Amino acid sequence: MKYLFSLLAGALLLSGNVFASDESPDVLVKRVTEEVLSIVRTDKDIQSGDSRKAVQLVETKVLPNFNFMRMTSLAVGKDWRKATPEQKKRLSDEFRTLLVRTYSNALTAYKDQRVVFKPFKMEPTETDVMVRTEVRQPGQPAVQIDYALEKDEKSWKVYDVVVAGISLVTNYRDSFAQEIRAGGIDGLIATIAAKNKQIATAQAAKS
Amino acid sequence: MKKMFVKSVVSFAVAIALSGAAVAGDNPKDPAEGFNRAMFAVNEGLDTVIMKPVAQGYDYVAPLPVKAVVGNFFSNIGDLMIGVNNLLQGKPDQALNDWGRVLVNTTIGIGGAFDIASEMGMDKHYEDFGQTMGVWGVDEGAYLFWPVIGPRTVRDTAGWVVDSYTDPVWYIDDVPTRNTLVGIRLIDQRYALLPTDKIIEEGALDKYTYIRDSYLQHRRNAVYDGNPPRNGAAGEDVRPAPIGPGSSKPASDK
Repeated sequence: MKYLFSLLAGALLLSGNVFASDESPDVLVKRVTEEVLSIVRTDKDIQSGDSRKAVQLVETKVLPNFNFMRMTSLAVGKDWRKATPEQKKRLSDEFRTLLVRTYSNALTAYKDQRVVFKPFKMEPTETDVMVRTEVRQPGQPAVQIDYALEKDEKSWKVYDVVVAGISLVTNYRDSFAQEIRAGGIDGLIATIAAKNKQIATAQAAKS
Repeated sequence: MKKMFVKSVVSFAVAIALSGAAVAGDNPKDPAEGFNRAMFAVNEGLDTVIMKPVAQGYDYVAPLPVKAVVGNFFSNIGDLMIGVNNLLQGKPDQALNDWGRVLVNTTIGIGGAFDIASEMGMDKHYEDFGQTMGVWGVDEGAYLFWPVIGPRTVRDTAGWVVDSYTDPVWYIDDVPTRNTLVGIRLIDQRYALLPTDKIIEEGALDKYTYIRDSYLQHRRNAVYDGNPPRNGAAGEDVRPAPIGPGSSKPASDK
C-alpha cells in the first residue's frame, strides 16, 4: 500500500515535471515577465534605482531561462569556432555580466508601463521561435520587445532579446569583431572584463 | 524642382562623406567611418554641452502630465504625414487609421494634447519618407553621421530632407511661433532618448559602433514594420547575411 502510494506520488511528480517542461515559449515569456513586474511594482528599492537588487532579481528569475553560451556564440559570430572551451566559458561569463547589468538598469527605470503580449502561434515541431511583446507607457511611444527562444532537450531558452528591432546580441558583433582583430579572443575577454569592472566601481562609488 | 534639390543634397552628402573616408572602416555599410567618427565626436560635444543638459532640465522642471501633453501634441502633428507615408507604402487602411487619429486627437483630444485615439484602439504608427523609399526597394546606401541631426543612411538623409519639407510646423507663418515649436520639439525628442543614455553608456564597448549598429538594425526593422525576415539569426556560429543590396526589399505582405 505504502509502495503503491509512493509510486503514485512519483508518477504525479513526474507528470508535474513533464508539464513544466512542456510550457510553451509564449507562456514562459509571459509568466517570467509577470513575475518580474509584480516584484518590481512592489519593490521601492528597485524603483528608486537600486541596481544591486535589480541584478539580483534578474539573476534569480530571468537568467535560468536564458542560454548564455548560445547568446555569446551569436554575438561573436564566426570567430567563436577559434575559441577554446575555457575561453568560451570566460567570454560568456563576462558577456553575461555586461548584459545583466544593462537589462537590470531598464528595470530600475520602470514606472507604470504595461506589457502587451502579441498573438503567438507555432507548429508543434518548431524548435526556434520569436515571442513578441510590446511595452506601453503613457505619453511615450510603445517599445517592441521580442524574445527569440530555442528548445533544448527539455525546455525553451531565450537566446536573443530584440528591442525596437535592435538585437541585444548581434548588436555586439561588430564591436566584438573589432576587439578580436586587435587582440584575439583573450583581448575581447579583457575588454569586456574591464568594462564590467569600470561599471561596478562606478556603482559602488554611488551607493 | 524639389526632386532636384533632394538629388543634389544627396550627392553633396555622398561627396563629403567619401572625401572624409581617409580611415578605412571594416564595415561595408560604413565606408565613411573616418568622417563619421569625426562628426560623431562633434555631436557628442554638442550633446554634452547643450542638448542633454537642456533635456535634463526640461525633465526636471516639467511635471509628467506636461511632458505627456507636449509629446502628444507633436505626435499628433506627425500623424498627418505618417498617414501620407503609409498611403505611399500601399497601406491605405493604416493611412486612414492615422488620419482618424488626427481627427479624434485634434477635436476630442483638444488640439492634440491628449492621445484619445490610442485609448480608442487606433494604434500609433511610425513612418517617414526614408522608410517609404525602403519599402519601394531603394537601398539604404552608406551610413553617415551628420552634425546636429545625427545618424542617417544616404537614403534616410534624402528621406529626412523630404520630411522636413513636408513638416507642417515649418509652414507656420508666424516665425517666433514656428521657431518656438521647432525648439520645443527638439527638446522633447532629446528628452525621450534620456533613458537610453545610461544603457548605451554602460552597455557599449565602443559607443560609435554600438550606435551605428543599433541605428541600422532599428531602421531595417522600421521598414519591415517591426517584422523583418530573420536572416540567419538562428544560424549557429555563422554571420548572417549582411543587410545589403537585394536583401532590403521587404516582403510584399505588410
